[in-house]
Amino acid sequence: MTFFYLFAAVAVVASLLVIAQRNPIYSVLLLIASFGALSGLYVLLDAPFVAVTQIIVYAGAIMVLFLFVVMLLNAPHEETEHDEKVHLLRRPGPVWFGGVLAAALVVELLWALTRAGSDSGPFSVEAVSSVRTLGRVLFTEYAFPFEVTSVLILVAMVGAVVLAKRDSRSGGPSAPPV
Amino acid sequence: MTPLLIAQLVVLVVVFHALLLGAAAMVWVERWLAAALQQRRGPILVGWQGLLQPFADVIKLMFKEELRPKAADWFLFALAPIISATCAFSAFAVVPFGASTSFFGLLDEPMKLQVADVNVAVLVIFAIASMGVYGIVLAGWSSNSKYSLLGGLRSSAQMISYELSYGLALAAVLLLGNSLSLTDLVNAQAGSWFHVIPRWFVFLQPLGFLIFMTAGVAETNRAPFDFPEAEQELVAGYHTEYSSMSFAMFFLAEYINMVTVSAVATDLFLGGWHGPLLPASLGWIWFLIKVAALLFFYVWMRWTLPRYRYDQLMAFGWKILLPLAVVNLLATAAGVLYFGV
Repeated sequence: MTFFYLFAAVAVVASLLVIAQRNPIYSVLLLIASFGALSGLYVLLDAPFVAVTQIIVYAGAIMVLFLFVVMLLNAPHEETEHDEKVHLLRRPGPVWFGGVLAAALVVELLWALTRAGSDSGPFSVEAVSSVRTLGRVLFTEYAFPFEVTSVLILVAMVGAVVLAKRDSRSGGPSAPPV
Repeated sequence: MTPLLIAQLVVLVVVFHALLLGAAAMVWVERWLAAALQQRRGPILVGWQGLLQPFADVIKLMFKEELRPKAADWFLFALAPIISATCAFSAFAVVPFGASTSFFGLLDEPMKLQVADVNVAVLVIFAIASMGVYGIVLAGWSSNSKYSLLGGLRSSAQMISYELSYGLALAAVLLLGNSLSLTDLVNAQAGSWFHVIPRWFVFLQPLGFLIFMTAGVAETNRAPFDFPEAEQELVAGYHTEYSSMSFAMFFLAEYINMVTVSAVATDLFLGGWHGPLLPASLGWIWFLIKVAALLFFYVWMRWTLPRYRYDQLMAFGWKILLPLAVVNLLATAAGVLYFGV
């Protein structure tokens, strides 16, 4: 139980600090720390495979790309001075959009938490600790969500290629001839 | 303190110091072999045949001044070498290096010769290797120097590109061994075919072994893939601004990573501690011989092959190595399905 509180505290504090401080590099690193703490929680739940996958996929692969982009842009501090002069309710679209998403998340969390108490029975440790069982469940019972997520990633990939190729069609000077 | 706990602590301490000494020995071997390959004498002054040279180097580094650029981000600048060295040491924790032993009957039950027995060991090594990138990337960024930054960026691009092939080569072996535990994978390679050919996965996965070693060399940033520190273009790459012991930590991490990649390759492809002549209790000698042979190839390659150009490296990784790894994985999966290994 001590370890649960330790990892949970690290995850919460690190996640808060991600948005609370201004240097984007530190934000990325704190997010990695938060992912690490989450992975520790998975280990406590007897799911080492999920824990290691969390590190490989999120902390290892995705965050390296984040760091890569932040370093390339080399933005030491966020430029928020202009926004801060405007009143909270009069800020441009992205702030509103973010607010709506945050509200949706809070509602979902409340729904999940109130629901969890009633009908969640004990789960078998075997179901999450064995890679074989996990794979079988993922490709049978949860095959549809799995495939939908794959399509989502494919969309992002196509989008990245379109964005990268846009310059060469209009003959921009930055793009090398292919 | 149970005897098992004491035995595990002993193994932990022995592995830690073996890695330190192994890195020191590798520095000597590397310089000695480089000299032999280039027909010069190399370091022969300190100790017999220059054997004490690595210790002289360490003492020299300790007495050097710890420099820090004025515009550097002091926290990340100090953190980066720590991340590199920690990842290098901890990756070896899940590598088994010998058959189960009871230490001459001192233990009631035989214990596995490894620091931590994790049932997803292969993935743990992969995860720690991917965390090791941060040490190099952060060193490059926090130094606030253009050479360091370019070195750090090159390194992250290179490691992302080669991690894919590395992982796919691993996956093919996992299919053959039907497990994620390194101990199980090694034990699946015991015995021999027709009493002649050892049952090593390298004979079933020759292409996979080559892909794994190539990607492993790129992962450890060694020649001919040592772009992050290409000295002709980038002074010394990501560790340009580092001096004294913080430089030594990067140096140490590089050599320990070499040892780890060789040890993992030995466990996955070369049958680990299984070999002829020696009894099972002395299997760790076979393990050391195989690791040493792979490390020799590392050094041999560095002093024989010229460095690739950066765009060649990227093209090779994405257009040749990755498709080969995918084809290898598909063929292995089809074979496993058909023959039912």
